Amino acid sequence: MSDTTFAPSYGPVAIPVRELLPWAIFAGLMLMLMLYFVGAEEGATSLIRGTAVHEFVHDGRHLLGFPCH
Amino acid sequence: MVGKLLLRGLLVGLVAGILAFAFARVYGEPQVDKAIAFEEQQAQATGEAPEPEMVSRATQAGIGLATGVLVYGAALGGLFSLVFAYAYGRLGSLGPRGTSALIALLGFLAVIVVPSLKYPANPPAVGNAETIGYRTELFFIMIVVSIAAMVAAVGLAQRLWNRLGAWNASIVAGLAFLVVFALVKAALPDINEVPETFSATVLWQFRVASLGIQLVLWTVVGLGFGAVAERVVAVRDQRSPARRYA
Repeated sequence: MSDTTFAPSYGPVAIPVRELLPWAIFAGLMLMLMLYFVGAEEGATSLIRGTAVHEFVHDGRHLLGFPCH
Repeated sequence: MVGKLLLRGLLVGLVAGILAFAFARVYGEPQVDKAIAFEEQQAQATGEAPEPEMVSRATQAGIGLATGVLVYGAALGGLFSLVFAYAYGRLGSLGPRGTSALIALLGFLAVIVVPSLKYPANPPAVGNAETIGYRTELFFIMIVVSIAAMVAAVGLAQRLWNRLGAWNASIVAGLAFLVVFALVKAALPDINEVPETFSATVLWQFRVASLGIQLVLWTVVGLGFGAVAERVVAVRDQRSPARRYA
């Protein structure tokens, strides 16, 4: 009994969801947008006119496994 | 706390991206070049005008590839850190390195391996331009379903943990994941747009290289992030010794 009181063991402490949520939403969206530009922009959907983004990241898109062309 | 983890995730992801770029350059680019040579040969044979080169091959294989893989790596690292921030302390008594390695292993399976068994990576010259919308849709559906199934499987393992023990709970959850995968694989339409005369060797080597790039990314992120997150979470864990996890 006294052992557990005086020798605290440091277990992993979870981060509360309310602390995590704003990060998950804003950073999550930004990061997804980054993936979108590498993986899908000017493929199936297009936010920017033309094919410059597509052509520039072309090899990466193929090699990272995204559908291309 | 989350901000600190996020920043470290982005940086580890960037490092993983640099290493993956080197790997892609050595093992991936030769296959891409062979596929493009095939594409041009086909176009010549059918008398098609060659595609105008908007971005030179050297740019595509150099700075273009680097940009794609590094941005992808950083985004992966960032998202990984957010998943870690949620999972840490919620996966039994698993410490930061163990949590990070486990997320990487399950993530690699759910995000890369399983979807690519249904819709594998394809080199240039493979794939009909008219079906790009359809293929992209199926590709992302496959990834979303696979991630959802993995999250559900982890939840199932946790629920069975006390009753069946760690090993048996994990085996049951793994089997449940496999059943879902088998059903989804059967339900979604197959896509095979590989030209008849395309080299099987090039296709195989391209796909192995593609999987290798992902393996480099996820291994570096999984092991690297655990190492740098250790110090960040240790501070917090020691501040609240009252809360203990079995």
